[in-house]
Amino acid sequence: MKSFAYVRAGSVQEATEAYAAHPGARYLGGGTNLVDLMKLGVERPAALVDVTRLPLDGVEELPDGGLRIGAMVRNSDLAAHPAVRDRYPALSQALLAGASGQLRNAATTGGNLLQRTRCPYFQDLTKPCNKRMPGSGCGAREGVHRDHAVLGHSALCIATHPSDMAVALAALDARVELYGPEGARTLPADRFHRLPGDHPERDTEIRPGELVTGVVLPAATAGPPSLYRKARDRASYAFALASVAAVLHTQDGVVDRVGIAFGALAHRPWRARRAEEALLGAAPTAAAFEHAVDLELAAAEPLRDNAYKVPLARRLALDVLGRLAPPATP
Amino acid sequence: MNGTQTAVGSGAERREGREKVTGTARYAAEYDFPGRAHAWPVPAAVARGRVTAVDPAPALARPGVLAVLSHENAPRLAEPEDPTLAVLQAPRVPHRGWFVALVVAETPEAARAGAAAVRVTYEAEEPDVTLTESHPGLYVPEVANGGQPAVRSQGDPDGAFASAAVRVETAYRVPPLHNHPMEPHASTARWDGDRLVVHTSSQGTTPVRSVLAAMFGVPEEQVTVVAEHVGGGFGSKGTPRPDVVLAAMAARHTGRPVTVNLPRRLLPTVVGHRAPTLHRLRLGAAEDGRLTSLVHEVATHTSRIKEFVEQAAVPARVMYAAPHSRTLHRVAPLDVPSPSWMRAPGEAPGMYALESAMDELACELGLDPVELRIRNEPDREPDSGRPFSSRHLVQCLREGARRFGWDGRDPRPRSRTAGPLLIGSGVAAATYPVMVAPSGAAARALPDGTFLVRINATDIGTGARTVLAQVAADALGVPLERVGIEVGSSDLPDAPLAGGSSGTASWGWAVHAACTRLADRLAGLPGPPPAPGIEERADTTGTADAESPFARHSFGAHFAEVMVDTVTGEVRVRRLLGVFAAGRILNPRTARSQFVGGMTMGLGMALTEGSTLDAAFGDFAESDLASYHVPAHADVLDVEAHWIDEDDGRLNPMGSKGIGEIGIVGTAAAIGNAVHHATGVRFRELPLTPDRVLAGLLAHERPAGTVGR
Repeated sequence: MKSFAYVRAGSVQEATEAYAAHPGARYLGGGTNLVDLMKLGVERPAALVDVTRLPLDGVEELPDGGLRIGAMVRNSDLAAHPAVRDRYPALSQALLAGASGQLRNAATTGGNLLQRTRCPYFQDLTKPCNKRMPGSGCGAREGVHRDHAVLGHSALCIATHPSDMAVALAALDARVELYGPEGARTLPADRFHRLPGDHPERDTEIRPGELVTGVVLPAATAGPPSLYRKARDRASYAFALASVAAVLHTQDGVVDRVGIAFGALAHRPWRARRAEEALLGAAPTAAAFEHAVDLELAAAEPLRDNAYKVPLARRLALDVLGRLAPPATP
Repeated sequence: MNGTQTAVGSGAERREGREKVTGTARYAAEYDFPGRAHAWPVPAAVARGRVTAVDPAPALARPGVLAVLSHENAPRLAEPEDPTLAVLQAPRVPHRGWFVALVVAETPEAARAGAAAVRVTYEAEEPDVTLTESHPGLYVPEVANGGQPAVRSQGDPDGAFASAAVRVETAYRVPPLHNHPMEPHASTARWDGDRLVVHTSSQGTTPVRSVLAAMFGVPEEQVTVVAEHVGGGFGSKGTPRPDVVLAAMAARHTGRPVTVNLPRRLLPTVVGHRAPTLHRLRLGAAEDGRLTSLVHEVATHTSRIKEFVEQAAVPARVMYAAPHSRTLHRVAPLDVPSPSWMRAPGEAPGMYALESAMDELACELGLDPVELRIRNEPDREPDSGRPFSSRHLVQCLREGARRFGWDGRDPRPRSRTAGPLLIGSGVAAATYPVMVAPSGAAARALPDGTFLVRINATDIGTGARTVLAQVAADALGVPLERVGIEVGSSDLPDAPLAGGSSGTASWGWAVHAACTRLADRLAGLPGPPPAPGIEERADTTGTADAESPFARHSFGAHFAEVMVDTVTGEVRVRRLLGVFAAGRILNPRTARSQFVGGMTMGLGMALTEGSTLDAAFGDFAESDLASYHVPAHADVLDVEAHWIDEDDGRLNPMGSKGIGEIGIVGTAAAIGNAVHHATGVRFRELPLTPDRVLAGLLAHERPAGTVGR
């Protein structure tokens, strides 16, 4: 077997130094995806830097009303956190819609963001995959791709990002906190993941050696809660066929704040900026929602076997927006 | 004897339950003999062609690697009856995933790394893995699985259909399915000179012994095959699979005990699958619903190396009275993995199609689907003309309807809603043949007043140990606690496999015979038997396999209530209720598990399970339990199994029929029929996943030709 070094880091500084000291290292969180990929031979790290003991396991109230979530907070704990349940229900719902109870107990916030696609070609070393081995081709395009992308895919890759949590974070305007050799920085959650373009091997904008240290949620808007809804093949332990997270706020009869993100449609959580622009300043009517969502999904380019995702995403979004809209809306 | 005779029929607890829940039950891969090595297969990376070279050097250079076997250097084996066992004997690659090499190493990790390092080159050809109804390779075989005739015809089915007052012509599709037991296929083998001992995960080790002895050219007496605990089989371990041959081969080659523990990812291609079936049905009926013509034609696939024909049109020969009928199977050999047995082969897909078509007919007639089935109840088995030994389908339908609350049902589709949910209910019948095979058994009375029953039955999680001890206790007329039982080794008296729902009937018959004989002998003794005890043996050859003048089948009825989410097309089964008539139920506790387990697997077949043949690469796209969706707990809301006590003296001494498979038969049709009732849309391809259901709902809302999506 391929042997690897194992380092348990006690601080963020130690972790990034250990990473730098071991070329070919990977950070190890809950291991629910990385270890599987190591068994499959997809990931072959020279060293694992275990970051689960870092003091990043708290959820902290910020002075501006926001919330900072440590990267090591487990998915189960985050979903159950009272502040998350009360103020960011879409996040709690998204977490609980993901994986299984056992996996959520182990998976971390940072690891959830960094999980890899479940595209079967990515996981099978005997088949081509540009994400796993750049230049080898895409097996899914002519193969089995019912679960693959309809938005933002490229000639090289049609994979989707599997996270439910990341979809909620994108809609909620969260920011991802990073620390690396060049210091600390943050990225908007909806720009943290990339579209595949010419480099499908790069899932995110993270730089070599950078560690996700936390996620910051902005102060939640007073008013109706956010929602997450996911369609899937079975009631639990199945990745989304399509999902949507949304937050909607109205003032004086018009939408003054809206965030909509789709899951399982693209290589990253798909922030529906066009739909949001169409809704801002508009009355929150069914017709306005349909117009906005159709505008967004007009960009969809379904593959041979996944055209169903477009109407599925549309109906999910209309359902969620309809439920978020004030009941008094004419 | 003058015992209490109360063991049979009691809900005795599983004898090995404690060992299993405490983790002390040992499975085939857990026999850690000194010096044990581990082997890992190399699957073919092309779907059709031949291996042109195997370069073992990079693997042999890795630490811990002991040997690399391929067709170039593997021991030559006698040609097996089952071509899927002829591993590493020839360069031909009949399908993607076929094993082309085996790496033996000190640890499983080293073996896996070695397998990844073996360089195999191929001469590849374009594969064909896609079954269609018009595939040029389709032919009518001589027989379908189980020795069933491929074609049966009575009267003039086409003429009768053409002139029928009411006609339904319809087609259904069932995708490839996989058994995926919890315990993967695994074997540990060791040679001591020319003596071979194998621990394997199998549904029956007597046949495994025969196969290994023949392939390795040693007498059967020198081969012992043990399957003490088996973590599920569902048909996929009914015959030996490549793991056991590879383990014995690697052990002989290296001189060490060797374990082959197949990883989940390799199972779909090498241990069998339920082949896809394309069904075409024509039902002609009179105005009163009585069938005048019944035609069920099935197209399926098999591999290039083995003809296995899923006998999906066979249940139509049993179910309903129709003066004119035709049942027919066609099969196309493709470059696909070899299909094999999966729980209720034939009946599970066949009854999905037939019972869905019967629901269509009921709708066409405006007749209640329970009543339609009752009106077509035959007085003899339609195909053979033989009388039934017992048949209580009507009673199952009536009892199920009563328990389910069927009578108040509004038959109109889309008549029940709850917010965005459409609610519907459906019914379907079930049937499974009674099979039984000859078996040996031994029963010994010991000086301390206890008894030991020995038989090579296999407990694959069904509770076989427990139930056979119950049969023995009553035959001996002694309390259950005084009966010990040994199963799961080919050194015990020969017995058939746990398959075809025939295990308990076959083994129980022999156990009953041995124990009855022993009881008779003991009755003539003044006191306890002297050491080492008194043994009686039985062999039911000639009795258990005697031709019966009766048609012997179990029957059942499923009732399902579903909710269909109109936003997403997601279907959930709110209630599933089955009533079965399966002879005498020997242990209600383990029987309920069998019925509920079968129904749950049927729920998976209806809604979530399916394997996708990848036309581009030739293998199945789903290779783990994250992508092959068996139902999760959250999918199984309320499942009830009930039964009708049958007193059928034409079966075996226990009066039992067999319960392992009937639970999966008809379940998917009941659920599909409920989805039609809920939505008004008839879905004809499984599984009913959101993509399909949503497309159907959209087409229903906006028929073709209208604008929008």
